[in-house]
Amino acid sequence: MSKQYPKPKLVPVPSTNIIPERDVDKSPILECRHLGIDFGGLSAVSDFNMAIGRTEIAGLIGPNGAGKTTVFNLLTKVYQPTRGTIMLDGRDTHSMTTAQVNRAGIARTFQNIRLFSKLSVEDNVKIGLHNQAAYPMWSGILRLPSYWHKEKVAHEMALELLSIFDMQDLADHQAGSLPYGAQRRLEIVRALATAPSLLLLDEPAAGMNPSETAELMDNIVKIRDTFQIAIMLIEHDMNLVMGICEGICVLNFGKIIAKGTPAEIQANPAVIEAYLGKKKEA
Amino acid sequence: MSFLNNVITGISLGSIYAIIALGYTMVYGIAKMLNFAHGDVIMVGAYVCFFATGSFGLHPVAGVLLAMVVCTILGMVIEGLAYKPLRQAPSLAVLITAIGVSWFLQNSAQLLWGAAPKVFTPVVSGGLSIFGGQLNISYVTILTVASCLVIMAVLSAFIGKGKMGKAMRACSEDKGAAQLMGINVNSTISMTFAIGSALAAIAGVLMCSAYPTLMPTTGSLPGIKAFTAAVFGGIGSVPGAFVGGLLLGIIEIFAKAYISTDLSDAIVFLALIIVLLVKPSGLLGKYVPEKV
Amino acid sequence: MTAMKQARRLRKATVNSFINYAIVIVAFIILQILLGQDMISNSIQSMLVPVCCYIVMAVSLNLTVGILGELSLGHAGFMSLGAFSGIIVSTALKDVVEAEPLRLLLAMLVGAVMGGIGGVIVGLPVLRLRGDYLAIVTLAFGEIIKNVIMVLYVGIDGDGLHMATKEANLTLAEDGIAIIKGPMGAVGVTKIASFTAGFILILVTLFVVQNLVDSRAGRAILSLRDNRIAAESCGINVTKYKLMAFVVSAVLAGAAGALYGLNYSSTVASKFDFNTSILVLVYVVLGGLGSIRGSIIAAAILTMLPEMSFMRSSSLKDYRMLLYAVILILVMLASNNPVLRNAFGSVSKKFKSSKKQEGGAAQ
Repeated sequence: MSKQYPKPKLVPVPSTNIIPERDVDKSPILECRHLGIDFGGLSAVSDFNMAIGRTEIAGLIGPNGAGKTTVFNLLTKVYQPTRGTIMLDGRDTHSMTTAQVNRAGIARTFQNIRLFSKLSVEDNVKIGLHNQAAYPMWSGILRLPSYWHKEKVAHEMALELLSIFDMQDLADHQAGSLPYGAQRRLEIVRALATAPSLLLLDEPAAGMNPSETAELMDNIVKIRDTFQIAIMLIEHDMNLVMGICEGICVLNFGKIIAKGTPAEIQANPAVIEAYLGKKKEA
Repeated sequence: MSFLNNVITGISLGSIYAIIALGYTMVYGIAKMLNFAHGDVIMVGAYVCFFATGSFGLHPVAGVLLAMVVCTILGMVIEGLAYKPLRQAPSLAVLITAIGVSWFLQNSAQLLWGAAPKVFTPVVSGGLSIFGGQLNISYVTILTVASCLVIMAVLSAFIGKGKMGKAMRACSEDKGAAQLMGINVNSTISMTFAIGSALAAIAGVLMCSAYPTLMPTTGSLPGIKAFTAAVFGGIGSVPGAFVGGLLLGIIEIFAKAYISTDLSDAIVFLALIIVLLVKPSGLLGKYVPEKV
Repeated sequence: MTAMKQARRLRKATVNSFINYAIVIVAFIILQILLGQDMISNSIQSMLVPVCCYIVMAVSLNLTVGILGELSLGHAGFMSLGAFSGIIVSTALKDVVEAEPLRLLLAMLVGAVMGGIGGVIVGLPVLRLRGDYLAIVTLAFGEIIKNVIMVLYVGIDGDGLHMATKEANLTLAEDGIAIIKGPMGAVGVTKIASFTAGFILILVTLFVVQNLVDSRAGRAILSLRDNRIAAESCGINVTKYKLMAFVVSAVLAGAAGALYGLNYSSTVASKFDFNTSILVLVYVVLGGLGSIRGSIIAAAILTMLPEMSFMRSSSLKDYRMLLYAVILILVMLASNNPVLRNAFGSVSKKFKSSKKQEGGAAQ
């Protein structure tokens, strides 16, 4: 846990956001402006403003029920936002479906694991590679050369991606039969297979022991460094968040209560209050 | 006047659909299953009443009551033997089992009572003739519409106010949580089947009074249509079943009268498809978003 | 090492498909030999083509229900479209295309296309609905098709095809023939269906379905069944792949319908009603959802069973359908109830664990 990950300086960008200094000459990969959604008149998320740099590891934290997963669902268009805009790589995702958002560059994992549990590990990754190794339906039915070629490519890519987590030997196993930690890792691999420019991880360390978490932290940084993508994660494990995240956003009751570097967040009285409650007047 | 006559016939048919649809919608709301055998319970109810009043010379009221008792028991037995063991099974398995039960009832009826159609004697005869004979309303029609209204009112009160009704609503929302709150889920579901089947018996008698041909397959098409009525109105919703049933009956009669007798079923189903496409959860159904 | 593994894995999927081809081919050869020796009763001979049709129906419905995971209760509707369009084509081309096999092929192709068009028309709006709603709309659609064909009058004369919704409106020249006569259905059809054609249709169906499932599109379809939201977030176009599975299924059903229609001298639309859809669904469920082999075997056995001599004996005849119903209920209870399943557990454990490994993929 004592391992130190280098932290860049966060610098402001237009629209009151901050991103790491090294990404500042490029436009942010994601920019949310006044994002909000109501469920039956109740505002679940409101006025959510955030930018993520091209190679940033960002954290989204907050107490249970703060609306963190809802933000992910908004970003991936599982829910259509009631208000605000999401700019992904400079493109408004307003009219996109979940699948189109994925093709435009956002991949995600789920809090309650959503694998294709009856399919093999390799097939799970291959489904992630759906738009990477594409060939038409009839080519598959008639077994045309493009089928054989693309299937071979998909197979090799799948094994290569699985090797990030050293899972290539599990390729033939049924996904649902894997141990919990491996299922979480497989979900990350599947998300990476869609070649995202922004990877959303919903509680990647949930249910992991400290040594597994430490390994996961290394791997998240490794993924960012290898693929040069941005990663945004929801996590309750503060060691992980403070260890690898460069910019952190704290959500409470659907609103951002603080934004900044790990050090700033740790010292922020509003955050402490949200997590620990109000200090009693003496 | 023929227009008014058609409206009345439509409301009458719609009331029958509504009573059948109530059975579907209650069972679906609580057990989350399509009880395809429901239509055949109607047929059994009609047969019981037919033999009670015809062969044994019972008073029609006694005949209806007997039919209700038999169908209630039948419904609970079917639930206990065929559906209860499948509480945890995938919905497709339950659906296929329900189809098996439907076949079982139809073929048992055929063995017991023969395939030849029987002419059902209406429980009440005669009718009102107003506007100098231009508008005829049979007593069966009046009885049907009145029964439907009474059943609706009683059922709404029962589900809305009573302890059992509260248990039913709890079960339809979340069976696990209901169980933890001390509600006996099994007996609640059993009770739902009992009520639905008793209603089916009434519907059977009323339907065969209005359309007096009784065969082992009598219940299947009205069953399917009443089921679409339930979906039409929003399955799981009691007022939805009422509205859906009435609308479906009126659409069917109007299609028969003004478009084509042969195509009336097609028009009814087309209306259903259109409603579902515009409002995927039916007219009065609640849209439940998927949890992520 | 991984290369070897890959080879082994590929072999497994391929071997499974080839076993299915082999079963069908061997069954065909055995039946041909028996037919040559005149060892098959007439009643069973008359069932050979319908059995082929029902096998194709079951395998194609399995694509929708078992592999895509959407319940369809209107599969017979597509069969109906195929049957009547096949009959029209065959009758219309009687003098143009003399060779019966070629005419049958053309009829089945048109039947398949009609089934496919029906599939698109139904699927496009309807596949947005989920679960039971989809089931009820497919049911409604099947009934609509039946209803519409029952009021349709189609005839042909020197000027070409004529269509009407009333018998009186169908005016044909003297040499004209009425092909479809409303509620009476198609009459005077030349029977050109053959067992060999049925056999080839089964092979084509297996080829299409098995290769489709074991490809990129098939994985996408399977992923929708397993977890729609995850599939969407992997960039899979839900509507496209749902529609693909649905339409392929409808195309095959249309072809099977054409073959079926051309096996009888007369066919009525009510033959393809809700009960037929349910019957095919029962084959699929009893054969095992997602299992192609199961569908073939269940459809063959259950279609043949009523024609077996012991089932036709007078003592059993009356109770036959009742027996079916009871067996159906018992099979569903035995295979889905945890208590009953544990009782069978010790026997079937091995079987089940091997099945689990094969996963949901087609066998």
